[in-house]
Amino acid sequence: MRKFDTKIQHLKYKVLREVARLAWEGKLMEKVTDIPETLVPGPKATMRCCIYKERAILAKRVGLAMGGNRENKNVIEVISIACDECPMGGYEVTGACRGCLAHRCEDVCPRGAITFDDQQKAHIDKTKCVECGACAKVCPFSAITNHKRPCQNACKVKAISMDENKAALIDNDKCIACGACVYQCPFGAISDKSYILDAIDLIQKGENNQKYKVYAVVAPTISSQFAYAKLGQVITGIKELGFYTVVEAALGADMVAAAESRELAEKGFLTSSCCPGFVAYIEKNFPDLMPFVSHNLSPMATISRYLKETDPDARVVFIGPCTAKKAEVQKEEVSPYVDAALTFEELQALFDSRELDITTMEEGVLDNASYFGRIFARCGGLAEAVAQGLKEQGLEDFELKPVSCDGIEECRVALLKKSKNLLDANFIEGMACVGGCIGGAGCLTHGPKDKSQVDKYGKEAFEKTITDAIRVLNCE
Amino acid sequence: MVVQICIGSSCHLKGSYEIVELFQAALQEHALEERVTLSGSFCIGKCNREGVTVQVDDTVHTGITPDGFPAFFETYILNKL
Repeated sequence: MRKFDTKIQHLKYKVLREVARLAWEGKLMEKVTDIPETLVPGPKATMRCCIYKERAILAKRVGLAMGGNRENKNVIEVISIACDECPMGGYEVTGACRGCLAHRCEDVCPRGAITFDDQQKAHIDKTKCVECGACAKVCPFSAITNHKRPCQNACKVKAISMDENKAALIDNDKCIACGACVYQCPFGAISDKSYILDAIDLIQKGENNQKYKVYAVVAPTISSQFAYAKLGQVITGIKELGFYTVVEAALGADMVAAAESRELAEKGFLTSSCCPGFVAYIEKNFPDLMPFVSHNLSPMATISRYLKETDPDARVVFIGPCTAKKAEVQKEEVSPYVDAALTFEELQALFDSRELDITTMEEGVLDNASYFGRIFARCGGLAEAVAQGLKEQGLEDFELKPVSCDGIEECRVALLKKSKNLLDANFIEGMACVGGCIGGAGCLTHGPKDKSQVDKYGKEAFEKTITDAIRVLNCE
Repeated sequence: MVVQICIGSSCHLKGSYEIVELFQAALQEHALEERVTLSGSFCIGKCNREGVTVQVDDTVHTGITPDGFPAFFETYILNKL
């Protein structure tokens, strides 16, 4: 079974795996410069114009696998030499233009930008064109196409432009680190920085969890990942890597659902604070709405705080689908609780760097959270959990009117309406990725089955309600 | 005395919460809430086939079940105070 959606993910994975392998062996500094040649032995180029360019780009990927440029605060970075400088000419007439007689394109164009040559073929005058796309819609041969860069198309917050050399350029003041461009760039020219070396270092210096314990907190999206193995085997694999134990971030979600529903009933209006991409988007685009963002930490930070309260020496590594979590853990209010954030892509690389075949392992258990904590992984789950939280805490008098925003564009619309007092809702569930966390850029696979996998995992929970799941945490 | 009850996934499924409740009731019954601190711990690292793991100060006890709880409480809590 294929482990990744795209060949770009596979390439990134191979680099991460090599970096991790050398790090475990303590030979990274000595052999780091050999990695590009190990992965591209040559002599024939398979990806770019020549093996030398391939290796030069791989050297940059190695840098990102080792944490990237520390001076650049953004966890998402462009590998300029890997950028293919895709055309971005906007609407253009292609060879499919038959030179017809109808000239619908000409009639519909509001700016008179379309002319015809002596073959009756259409041309767009770029000095007049306003990129409205009307011509493309009416052409019966679909001969007019929009050349837009995949990264720019993916970036709904419009943080990507091009530099003087036509390579992609990220505006860090707009970027929310969601990773949509990372997943979409067909050349792998934009990547998230990796903190696998921090995780390996934490594990190694803990000396088999004797000096301190390293806890892995895993996001509920894990249930839709590693489809080639059983979830219990993934848990055992994580422990085999040297983690002391594995804890569900979904239990943090149960804690958040209980607290957030109380906060909502008290304040009357809230936006969720679970998705770091969504929160960053409000900070950067709707600063006036910041007071409405729930004061609860995210599920990841909430459960990690609990872990550090019960075991002050604990170290916590979060493993999830999300690149924006890498930015969240750097925030002042979260960094004391979470020591590093990894993605599922990186977890796969870690397994293979130690040659751990999880499919042959015994099944471990992962079960503390309720159905409601677990379904946070998909869009709509958070609002459902808040409704349940209100019910369980006798706050049903508060009439919940949620709006679940699937992807950052829907978030934008809801926030815009709220800023104009036009929103007919009192709770905004904001998910930067389409589908929710299951659409995250750090997922190994993205597919139509993911949502049902999360729901199935939710229904398998031993605890049926939020109250049941969190009661054990208040045992003092 | 510090009593840590394992609430890691393995023990949780074997009834951590029941043991927590039994502890709370027993401490109340004997008015020992001030002398015994109860806390949860994510995995004590002694996952067992049966029952819950409980750590009393530095000593780890495994396989605590509701049936065995009264004897356990007498021997390892009351007796050690």
